[in-house]
Formats: sequence, structure tokens, C-alpha cells
Amino acid sequence: MSLDPTSFIAQTVLLLLLSPLLSGFIKKAKARLQNRRGPPLWQTYFDLLKFLRKDMVISEHASWVFPLAPHLMFLTSLAAGLLVPMVTAQAPMGLFGGALALVGLLALGRFFLALGGLDPASAFGGMGSSREMTLSAIAEPAMMLAIFTLAISAGSTNLGQIVLASQQPGWKFLDPSHALAFIAMFIVLLAETGRLPVDNPATHLELTMIHEAMLLEYSGRYLALIEWGASIKQMVLMTLLANIFFPVGLAAKTSAATFGLGLLYLTAKLILLGGVVVVVETTNAKMRLFRVPDLLSVAFILAMLALVSTFLFR
Amino acid sequence: MRRPQLAAALSFGAAALSGLIGLLAALLCLGNGPSAPPWHGELIPSLIPYIRFSARLDGLGAFFLMLVSLLGCAISIYSLDYTKAYLGRKNAGVLGAFFNALLLVTTLAVVADNIWLFLIAWELMALTAYCLVSFEHEQPETRQAGVLFFIMSHIDAGCIILGFLLLFQASGDFSFDSLRDVGAKMSAGKRDAAFVLFLLGFGIKAGVVPLHIWLPAAHPVAPSNVSALMSGVLIKTGIYGLTRVCFEFLGPPPLWWGVTVLAVGTVSAVLGVLYALMEHDLKRLLAYHSIENIGIILMGLGAALLFQFFGHPVLAAFSLVAGMYHTINHAAFKGLLFLGAGAVVHSTHTRNMEEMGGLAKRMPETAFYFLIGAVAISALPPLNGFVSEWLTYQALLQGFGASDSLWRLVFPLSGAMLALTGALAAACFVKAFGITFLAQPRSDAARNAREAAPSMRIGMALLTAACLLLGFFPTTFVRLLDPLTQQLTGQQISAQLSLNSGLVLASLSEKAGTVSTLGMVLMGLCLLPIPFALWLVLARKAKTRRGPTWDCGQRGLTPQMEYTATGFSKPIRMIFKALFRPRRDTQREYDFSPYFATNIRFESHIEEVFVKRLYRPLRISIVRVSRKIRALQAGSIHAYLLYIFITLLLLLIFAL
Repeated sequence: MSLDPTSFIAQTVLLLLLSPLLSGFIKKAKARLQNRRGPPLWQTYFDLLKFLRKDMVISEHASWVFPLAPHLMFLTSLAAGLLVPMVTAQAPMGLFGGALALVGLLALGRFFLALGGLDPASAFGGMGSSREMTLSAIAEPAMMLAIFTLAISAGSTNLGQIVLASQQPGWKFLDPSHALAFIAMFIVLLAETGRLPVDNPATHLELTMIHEAMLLEYSGRYLALIEWGASIKQMVLMTLLANIFFPVGLAAKTSAATFGLGLLYLTAKLILLGGVVVVVETTNAKMRLFRVPDLLSVAFILAMLALVSTFLFR
Repeated sequence: MRRPQLAAALSFGAAALSGLIGLLAALLCLGNGPSAPPWHGELIPSLIPYIRFSARLDGLGAFFLMLVSLLGCAISIYSLDYTKAYLGRKNAGVLGAFFNALLLVTTLAVVADNIWLFLIAWELMALTAYCLVSFEHEQPETRQAGVLFFIMSHIDAGCIILGFLLLFQASGDFSFDSLRDVGAKMSAGKRDAAFVLFLLGFGIKAGVVPLHIWLPAAHPVAPSNVSALMSGVLIKTGIYGLTRVCFEFLGPPPLWWGVTVLAVGTVSAVLGVLYALMEHDLKRLLAYHSIENIGIILMGLGAALLFQFFGHPVLAAFSLVAGMYHTINHAAFKGLLFLGAGAVVHSTHTRNMEEMGGLAKRMPETAFYFLIGAVAISALPPLNGFVSEWLTYQALLQGFGASDSLWRLVFPLSGAMLALTGALAAACFVKAFGITFLAQPRSDAARNAREAAPSMRIGMALLTAACLLLGFFPTTFVRLLDPLTQQLTGQQISAQLSLNSGLVLASLSEKAGTVSTLGMVLMGLCLLPIPFALWLVLARKAKTRRGPTWDCGQRGLTPQMEYTATGFSKPIRMIFKALFRPRRDTQREYDFSPYFATNIRFESHIEEVFVKRLYRPLRISIVRVSRKIRALQAGSIHAYLLYIFITLLLLLIFAL
């Protein structure tokens, strides 16, 4: 493991540029599946550009915590992305932290975003913060157990090591423990990225909002940073899922050829995973808030079973 | 002639100085490395046989001395201005005297090298702490809490005395030297009995569930500097005692000790944070978080005991490092948070969060320190709470591979509960910081709040610096723990934990997992130009203006429309309602129809399940039994003569 400035820059650029495209793709695919035409694939970029140029209105009640939230949200998502192996088996900053650090960094962004929601003294923001923190708290044990399952079979919490270990010949495609852990992680992914059975990313209806409610008072550049950060976070989590459960196409060494090939594989995997998310979103209605813990405890139990099956099928 | 101001300045100034000296002594001792022989000496020559007042500064003792002194120093500086609020109202000199006494006896307890000295210090610790808790004894709440603390401390002292008697029976001497590995000379039953007694005794002091009930009662009512000292230092003496006894005296642990400690820790962590979430009294909330963090520390200790059983001394040392690291981290950030809460209570005159708000603008410096503490206690990178929880996770993960027994499943399970605890703690501190410091002030007291006095800010700044240093330089700090792990497990592991000349913390090997908090900060600094460049290139012309918060077209938002602390934790109350069983009373007054209420009263109350199911029945039966016993004491001299006669008779029969 080493630190490599070129891959640091390359991965940062990839995360910055590809993540709005992924969001755009999911939106477009969802619209097509619902017989709508949907926004153009590039719409997310246009939105971000527009937000960045706009004037900002900041609430008169807001304190110095308010501007911290967008920046930390953006920076922690990017930093978390640098801990994940994207196109090769090496994460650029893998030495600085593994799965636990990734979870921690995303939690740091969420912590400040929730504070930013409370700061302008609006009831919506408080509601959003409260719900977001509650649901993430319930999702966390399931996510940790799923990560533990992988970490135990790979003997490491560093994501690059997990990828390398799962590329070993003994690794079976979707053995019971990995399959169960994958489903658990997928449910957590839906909750963490605010996807449909848990939260509706397309709504601004007061009573059902979770993530969006925290952002109501943000505008202009700050809103752009949060939206961008959220789509980077989504891409990071989807890449994580795609690469540690399906580690095909991730070369152990970095060169121009492996980079190109890895990028192709990554695109294909993200399109596939995004497709699954789209299908889930289209075929499911939003759950009542107090039914979501049931869903997340299903994820927890699946992760637990995954762990027990590493124990049984060894 | 009395000069309270001078008395306070003198007592707290001296305490700060002695804290500094203690810190230096501890650092010197730990910095010498594990090979240096521990300092040893007689404090006062004693004329009574058996009783020696001898002290020793070994790895474990020096570590806890460091903790006591660090907090003692910072809190004393804070107290210089904090106690000014009592001038003319209460005797600040008395507060200072007891504060100094408590620091002294706590120091004695962790360096004592003899059962007698330890027990005397232990008892004095309970007494001085009782006097400090009851400092504002005019309020009935304070008196009640004081009495509860007094009773619980004496139950714990009783358990510990019994435990030491069992050890003494086997060793025949009171010095700690003679007790080393004395467990080997004891029968299994006595060893287990001693373990249970020590777990109960030290568990009460540390505040583990279900022995914790004194803690959320006593910590909030004490003056805030005392709460910080109690939460940061006093409850850690329980951890000290348990570590000393389990790893040094009782010998190789059987399986169930480790499992019990791990389970108790897990339960304490989860229940502590859940009850903390239900609080809207700022200091009670922090007190419940102490229970949570003690639980996390015990997870590390429990894992270490299990590794001792499974025969992995290196992993045991690793878990011990995780537990001890969390011990000092908790001291730093909880001390900081209590000092911050003290500053807030000092200027708003209430502990109720529902009457606060908007303080980030009025007390920005205090808010900043409190925020650092909140991030640290929520185990978020890059601060110190994250480092020690990372170590705990790694220890638990490695536990799975350490044995073949079915019991290894307890490791990942408690790891998952640690994840739940961490995430709930983050939710709780979003609430604690957000409701207290952000949005509009909810009362006049909060509206007129003023920034804390200079010495209070210096005290908080010191602990903030401790949090940052412990967070950014973990590999330097674990080197200080080598004497401790060498003494307790015979292993030194700091070299295995340090990579890239100390920048990266490894989980025993590079392959098993690495983390670098400083690296994350550097990474963040490297990425920071991106949002800045975006602003420079695209948005330089964009204007920023202040406007009202969106109020749905109504006229103006009032503080009443803000989210409250109770409202914030409502979803969690609903999800865990089987545990909380909240009691709700709603009263409506109406003229014509219930739909047009003129007045609504709503009351919600949560009673802790242990108080309801365990302590209340216990108390009722104790009262009932003592009523029965009272019949014996009828006041008739004839009856008493009869008792004496019967006793004499029984003794004679017994003697024959």
C-alpha cells in the first residue's frame, strides 16, 4: 500500500465528473421506466452550474455553523471516495483508512448537515435532521455487520485488501455469506442515499421529506455543494458495493491499460447497479416512516445471517 | 475576616499547579518506557503493624495519574472564574477545599500500593465527592441525589472490602506486591466470588448498567466543575480498580469473566445512549453518555479478558490499549462537554435545553469548544473518539479469528452494537448541540446569555487541545501505553501499531487495517481548494444576503415553532417504545366540541426500566423488612435483657 498523487488526482476528477452523470442516469432511467421522457442525461450538471452562479440568501437566524455544513458534506464525500478502490484494486488513499473510516467520514458529513438543518430555526429542517439521524442510526449496525462479514473473510478492514482477497482463486461468486451481506448492504444503500422505499428524492412534500427537508434553507453555491456532495456520496457507496462484492476488472497494478479497462468495468457495474436501484424505486411505494426500521432490521438480520454463515460454511 | 475570592483563587490555583506537576510526573514515568523500574516509596511512616502508607507509580498507576492530573489542571483553571458565581451566596472556599481533597484522594487511590491505603483513599473519595455533590444542598433534588450517591458508594465500598478480604485470605499480606497473581492460590469458587464482588463494587463506581442509577442523579446537581471531575475522573477509578484486579491479581481469567464484562459493556453502551437521547436536561444527558462510554471502555477490557482466556496476549494487549485509549479520550471530551455545559448553565441559569437556543451567536467560543467535544464523543473522524472506537472495532474483529469456539460470535455482535451506539450518540449530539446552540433563543435567559469568563474559556481550550492532540497523534500516544501493557499482559505493541514513521495507525499489521486521522485532515486540506476554486471561477459575482427563514407565507417564525429536544428524539422514542414505555397525559379543555380545544396540556414521562423493575421493589422490600425488625426494638428493658441472655446462650453453645 502506498500513497500515489496521480491516482489521488485521477480519482478526485472521476468522482467529481462522473457522480452527476450517475444521478442523471438514474433519473432518466426511472423516467423511461415510468413512460415519461425525463430530464436530459446532463441535467444534473446544468443544475449544479446554475446553483453555483446564483446569489445566496442565508437565514438571519443562521450562525457560523451554517456554512460549515455544505463544505464538510462535500469534502467528506470526496475524501470517503478516495478510500474506495474504483478502477484498480488500490484505493489512492487506502492507507489513511478502510471501511470504518469511510463510514466515519460519511457520518461526519451527515452530522454537520443535520446541524445545518437545525440552524435556520425552521421546523422543517429540524424534522429532517431528526429523521435523518434516526434512520442512519438504525442503518448503521446492519452496515457494520455486513462490512464485518467481508472484513473477517478477507482478514482486513482496508477496502483494497478486501478486493484483493476476494480476487483469490478460492473466492466463490455469491457464496451464501456474501450474497446475504450484499442484500443487507443494498438495503442500507437505499437508506443512506435517500432512495425510494425509505425517502423520496423527488418530493418536496413537507410530511414525507427526510433529506430534502434539511436543505430547504440552503441556496446558491451552498446548495450546489450539498447536491454535488450527495451525488458523490451516492456514487461512492454504489462503487463500494459494486467493487467489493463483484471485484472483476480491478487490476492489482496501475497502468494506462488497466486504468481504461477498469473504467469500462466500473461504468458497466454502476449502470447495472443503478438499474437495480431504478427497478426497486419504480416497483415500490414509499414506506411510512415508522415502517422503515422494520426494513432496516431485515437488513440487520440478513447481515447477521451472513456472518453466521461464514462461521458455518468454512 | 473572610476573603472568599482569595480563598477560591488560592485553592484552585494550587490545584491547577499540582495537576500540572502530576501530569509531568506521569509523563516522565510513562516516557521512561517499560524497562524502567516503577517509583516506589513510603508516604508516611506508619507505626501500626500491617498498615503501610506506601505508594508506587507503575505503568497502570501512571496512566491514571496522567488522566487525573490532566483533568484536575484544566478544571481547576476553569473553576477560577466559575466559582465567582458563588461569591456572596455560598462559601467558595469550602468548594475549593473539597475539590482539592478529592483530587488528592483520587491520586492516592491510583498510586496506592497497599490494600489499606487504597481502601482509605477509596472511602475518602466517596465522602469528599458526596460533600461536593451536595454543595448546593438548599435544593431537595440535590439532597436526594447526594443521599443516593452516598448509599451506592457504600455498597460499592462494601463489595470491594469483601473482595480484598478474599484476596488477603490467600496472600496473607496487604501489599499489592503480595497480591500479584494471588488468584492462582485460590480455589475456583473463591476466585469467581472475588471477581463478582469486584465487578459489582467497581461497576457501581464506574456506573455500569444496571448499577448506574446514582450517576444521572448525582452528576447534574453538582456544580459543573465537579460534574466534569466526577464524570471525567471519578468514575474512571472504577475502571482502574477493575483493570488492576482482573489483570494483575486474579490470574488467568475463565471464559465467562470476559463474556460477562463484554456483555455488561455492550448493554451499558446501548442503554446509556438510548436514555441519553430521551433527556432534555443538558447535564443529565451528558451523565447518561458517561454510562455509554464506560460501556465502550468495558468492551475493550472484556475483549482483553477473552483474549487472555484464548491465549493471545498480543491481542489482549491490543484490546487493553483500545480500552485505555477510550478511557483517557472520554476523560478529555466528557470533561470538556461538562465544562461547556457548565458555561451554558452559568449564563442561562437553566439546565433545560428547551429553554436554550441561539447560543452559538452569543457564546461563540464556548459553542466551538462544545462542538469539538460533540464531534469527538460521537466517534467521528478525525478526533480522538474515532481513534479509540476504531481500535475497539479492530480488536473485536480480530477476536473472530482468534478462536474456534462458538463464543467468538460475541465479538462481531458487540461490534454491531458499538456501531448502533456510535450512530445514536451522533444523533444525540446533533440534538444536544443543535437545540442548545443553534436556531433562535427559546427564552429570555438564552437571549441575554453572555460569553463565558476568560479562565473558563482557557480551561475548555486546554481540553479541546487534548482532544485534538489525542485524535491527531495516536501513534505517539500508544507508545506511552507500553509500560501499561507490559505490566499487565507482558507485551509491548506500540511498534506494531505505528506505520510510516507514526503517521498511520495500524491494527497490529498493515494488512489487517490502517487508519490515519492526520492523513484525513491533510486529505481534506488538499481537497479544500476545490470548493474555493468553484467560488472563484463561477460565483465571484454572486451576492449573499440575509433573509428571513421560509415561514410558509405566514408572518414571522417564533421560537415556539422550532423543533424541540423532545420532538427531535421522538422517532427514536417511537422505535424503541418497548424499552422506554413512555407515559403520556393529555388534558384538553374545550367549550363546545373536543375539536376546538381552548387549552391543551401534554405531559410525557419516561421512567427507567431498572428503577421501576429492580430498585423500587428492592427499596419497598427493604423498608418492609426493616419495619418488621423494628418490632424487636420495643423499648422495654426486659426484652433487651432477654436478647442479651439468648445471645450469650447461643454463643456458649457455639463455643462448645
